[in-house]
Amino acid sequence: MPAASPQVTPAESEVEEILEAEDKPWVTVVWDDPVNLMHYVTFIFQKLFGYSKARATDLMMQVHKEGKAVVSSGSRDKMEHDVNRLHQAGLWATMQRDS
Amino acid sequence: MRTWSRKNSLGGVKIRSEMDAREASVLRSLVSSVLALLEDRAAAVPQDDLAELTGLRTGNSDAPTDATLARLLPNFYRAEADREGTPAQGANMNAALRSLHEPEIIDAKLAAGSVILQTVPPEGGKVSLTPEQADAWLAGLNDVRLALGTTIGIDADTPDELEPDDPRAPHLDVYHWLTWMQDSLVQVLVP
Repeated sequence: MPAASPQVTPAESEVEEILEAEDKPWVTVVWDDPVNLMHYVTFIFQKLFGYSKARATDLMMQVHKEGKAVVSSGSRDKMEHDVNRLHQAGLWATMQRDS
Repeated sequence: MRTWSRKNSLGGVKIRSEMDAREASVLRSLVSSVLALLEDRAAAVPQDDLAELTGLRTGNSDAPTDATLARLLPNFYRAEADREGTPAQGANMNAALRSLHEPEIIDAKLAAGSVILQTVPPEGGKVSLTPEQADAWLAGLNDVRLALGTTIGIDADTPDELEPDDPRAPHLDVYHWLTWMQDSLVQVLVP
């Protein structure tokens, strides 16, 4: 049976916005540094996050050229875990609220 | 030192290279000093009665003042990068996350460096690693390069070569050698 698309009233969408804001995901950011090798950073992104070589390379190049890149997103707990593992690998990573 | 190579053998995949006695000695010495730094840091945790009772490990909550340790064990949070963060919240968050996570991160780095110490041929010679040991070498070499790079002040503007009378010159040579070694190793391990 086809699902009817729900009609959302203005009041309902406002409540949704507030709930989403409190539930905003967190992100993990990796920062550029002068020591870490491009091949190594790419390898770590593949190894820790299961990214394809292409995606891992794109993220690494973003770190390299723009100074930083968001490498994962999700709950605060998950970001703590990701930052922990990135620090174990020697990358400079931090977590922050998704903007 | 030879570039790393990957070989299938009856015992499984082996990652192999060869280094001379001097190279082995330098590598062991550098890894040992990084591990000593980390062990001292782990031992510097203030005694916590609650931790002893519950068995929950807590670590240092203040960022290290030593530049090398600070790079090996960076903060988890940068308030200035988070639009909604305040410096006070940032300080609290960093203290909490550091004391929660630092022991595990130090343990991982100690384990990686220990694998290098256990598998470097004592008088030089052939090196033969399992893939797991090679992963540990990658992380351990990275920590040594971070430590050495911090000590000699490597930044984006550091030239490839320094003047011969620059006291940092021999350290930079070692740094380049480690860079080459790590890059060669990661190329062999890439899936």
